[in-house]
Amino acid sequence: MTAMNAVLSVTDVNKTFGGLRALNNINLQIEEGKTHAIIGPNGAGKSTLLNVCVGRLKPDTGSVNLDGTVLTGKKPHEINQLGVVRVFQTPEIFADLTLDQNVMVAGMAKREGSFRFNPIRDLLSERELRQRVAAVLEELDLIGLKDTTAASASRGDKRRLELAMCLIQQPKLLLLDEPTAGMSRHDTNRTIDVLRQFKQRGLTKVIIEHDMHVVFSLADRITVLAQGAIICEGTPDEVRGDPRVQEAYLGGAHL
Amino acid sequence: MTEHSPRRDLILLVVFSLVVLTAPVWLQPFGAAYPDLMQKFAIFGILAVGYNLLFGLTGYLSFGHAAFLGVGSYAAVWSFKLFSMNVIPAMVFGTLVAGVFAVVIGHVCLRRSGIYFAILTLAFAQMLYNLAYSVLTPITNGETSLQLAQDDPRIADTLFGWEPSPQLPSPELFGLELTGISGFYFCAIVLILCFLFAMRIQRSGFGLKLRAIKSNQDRMGYTGFATRPYTLTAFVISGMYAGLAGCLLAVTDPLAGAERMQWTASGEIVLMTILGGVGTLLGPILGAVIIKYFENIFSAIGDATLHGVFAFLPDWLEAPVVGVIGLFVGEGWHLTLGVLFMLIVIFLPGGLMEGVRRVGRLFSRKASPRRARNEREAREVG
Amino acid sequence: MDAIVLQILNGLDKGGAYALIALGLTLVFGTLGVVNFAHGALFMLGAFCAVSINLLLNLSTQVRDESVTAFTAYIDQPYMELWFGEFGTFLMDWSVPIAILAAIPVMLLIGVIMERGLIQFFYKRPHADQILVTFGLAIVLQEIVKSFYGANPIPTPAPDALRGSADVGLWIGLGAGVIYPWWRLVYLAFALIVIGGVFSFLRFTTYGMVVRAGMADRETVGLLGINIQKRFTVVFGIAAVVAGLAGVMYVPILPPDYHMGMNFLVLSFVVVVVGGMGSLPGAVAAGFLLGILQSFASMNEVKAIFPGIDQIIIYLVAVAILLLRPRGLMGRKGVMET
Repeated sequence: MTAMNAVLSVTDVNKTFGGLRALNNINLQIEEGKTHAIIGPNGAGKSTLLNVCVGRLKPDTGSVNLDGTVLTGKKPHEINQLGVVRVFQTPEIFADLTLDQNVMVAGMAKREGSFRFNPIRDLLSERELRQRVAAVLEELDLIGLKDTTAASASRGDKRRLELAMCLIQQPKLLLLDEPTAGMSRHDTNRTIDVLRQFKQRGLTKVIIEHDMHVVFSLADRITVLAQGAIICEGTPDEVRGDPRVQEAYLGGAHL
Repeated sequence: MTEHSPRRDLILLVVFSLVVLTAPVWLQPFGAAYPDLMQKFAIFGILAVGYNLLFGLTGYLSFGHAAFLGVGSYAAVWSFKLFSMNVIPAMVFGTLVAGVFAVVIGHVCLRRSGIYFAILTLAFAQMLYNLAYSVLTPITNGETSLQLAQDDPRIADTLFGWEPSPQLPSPELFGLELTGISGFYFCAIVLILCFLFAMRIQRSGFGLKLRAIKSNQDRMGYTGFATRPYTLTAFVISGMYAGLAGCLLAVTDPLAGAERMQWTASGEIVLMTILGGVGTLLGPILGAVIIKYFENIFSAIGDATLHGVFAFLPDWLEAPVVGVIGLFVGEGWHLTLGVLFMLIVIFLPGGLMEGVRRVGRLFSRKASPRRARNEREAREVG
Repeated sequence: MDAIVLQILNGLDKGGAYALIALGLTLVFGTLGVVNFAHGALFMLGAFCAVSINLLLNLSTQVRDESVTAFTAYIDQPYMELWFGEFGTFLMDWSVPIAILAAIPVMLLIGVIMERGLIQFFYKRPHADQILVTFGLAIVLQEIVKSFYGANPIPTPAPDALRGSADVGLWIGLGAGVIYPWWRLVYLAFALIVIGGVFSFLRFTTYGMVVRAGMADRETVGLLGINIQKRFTVVFGIAAVVAGLAGVMYVPILPPDYHMGMNFLVLSFVVVVVGGMGSLPGAVAAGFLLGILQSFASMNEVKAIFPGIDQIIIYLVAVAILLLRPRGLMGRKGVMET
């Protein structure tokens, strides 16, 4: 069963760790241009599913397919080069480099592929690349910090930097693992704004989130996981009204 | 990125070249202006610059680089013996052989990082060192070192009508004998070229990627880079720098011994890089010069000299003072080195270049603290 | 068969030294998270404790030689003999085992000073910095020893009673002819006792249990309100004592010199890597195994096929293990695997 323009297809995926059934017969289609949220109580298997989607974990059965290419078993850099970009719970950036340099590295990956030996040309003369970097930093409101070391940026800024690095790579699919974890209300709202901008650009996104405000602000479709299985999937309104979801999350209280 | 510009780099290169080429003049007040020592400055400068590419830029601590130094030396001497006394083929050959070794060793060692990598490089270096003294003695001549002999084939030279003479020939550059001061200038030119290449790498996209690997290797993978080719390239380049330095050692003194492959020699390379300033362009060269200079001075100081220096002290004070200081000089030079090393790692991990930077900042701190902080951070990266 | 037994024994006592040093390395790495390149220097310092005690006990003075009447002759007579007679001679003879008693407090003190004075400031710093500063310390320590004791190995004999060889063959029913030096058997036994002691301490005492917990998960232990800092010092001290004792007893086997520390350290690191970083039983097992392996590799028959193999066998094994099974023989999965 394939939907129109499915960017990512997860088919019949099962994953067991020791005695624990982490993923139980998962079927999932991520449509192009849509923002798809995956929610569920702790231990539901969200991170495991994400790891399977990026090829970090091999499913016991089933497959993960990106526009026809199998992702499972591919190395992280290959997955990135195929257009799947991942954002982690704790912002992963190059702490010793400036923000400008961080985005430049990401831009180079897009431009050159996984390896290029270019030891002679001075980066300062790479005008086109630097312009693109500046544009991205501008869009994410980081241009003022561009020459400061990433380590000294606040958590919110680090997250936006990470998103800037994603943006410059123009990913086919962006996977976000609890992007607003541990953030203040202010930073969370700023992140939501950025992700809305991404939406307007037509970027396909999968977000794992606990914060319902984020989920309902951004998601086009929501999949609810509980104990490794999908208990509900649909539009935000459908999910909101589904009694099974309310049961799983809050023991019956309203979302 | 804010600190350097093509113009500044050009100035740096010109100034550096001038400083190096006029060294025989300005080193005189330091008592260091004799060819042997100056050659060492250049050679170990090259070695340190190359090592810095792997350790300073890419973040991989190797304890086995002395092995490449030895390999380069041996290969160069063999070229002298078998092919020609001309230094160019010897240096090309020696550097390439070191490169091949680096590819093989790097391929194995770079499967791990951090301390595992360090131990693996140490293991390989020790293996080569042991083998050089035992099994590979046909190639290395074991303890007696590999030397030139009168009856070496020297194929290319003979083809060009070279005549045997009662003396052992010395390495030459198309007829110009490379001993003494001309030997130094040859090394100096190679040093300048090596510095230039290192500078290009540091400013290039490749250099930035290496720094990113040092900062967060996993992230590089997720950003779309295959890190192994990058680390291997850095490893091989730095190995070839070491091999080149080894060739120059053979050029200035056509002798190759295994003792320069010992792990303690590798330790010395690490020390030079750290002392000068890991990750900077000039730091490692500075570190190499300082270490070789003080090694030269300190190890020559004996008790007699110390007594001479401290003769002004009353007798009861002179003896213990000489006794204590005597521990740190002459034979005890290594003790001084060890203490210095520890002090730098503990208090000034950025090496002397960081010290220079801090002093510079003291003098030029602007009014706005935030701007100063940003500048400081940006400079940390340049 | 005789030859095999001999080589196994040969390997076991060198392996014992490796095992003891590797044990200390793993304790420090597993508990404190510190890579200590100065650990071999501790081994060397222990050896020189024995040398010092031996020299001290052998201090002699000039005493009039009564047996020569033609002129005033003097002979050297050790103070020990002068003061204590027969007992004094006994003390001198057994200087190496006696050194154990002196070495324990001395090494403990050195270990504590090292930890409090230097290592504790490097807990949070990256491994590279730890390696570098301890490497510098190792150089400093060995140079200090070199300046006081000279550069040459200092032969320090075992007690007379244990100097001969035992007929091991008879014990295990192989017939006479397989002889092995007594002292080396003593060393092997000693090593096993020390290893047993450390493991018992870790297994059967509460203190040891906390240390093991700390090795498994340092953060949690700290969060439980246990003063982990103090225990770090103690663990480091224990590791120093273990390395020192290994050195003390080794002196009759190999006359100590100032750079024996580094020689053994390189090999011990390899042992730790093979055994599995963070695994104590692994370190011990790998120590003995590699000792035996090295011993077999030095057999003439083996050298005939692979010349020079004895020099490089340990490194080859390390390379193989690091490539094929990076967590080592008994390491826990996920500990420093990249």
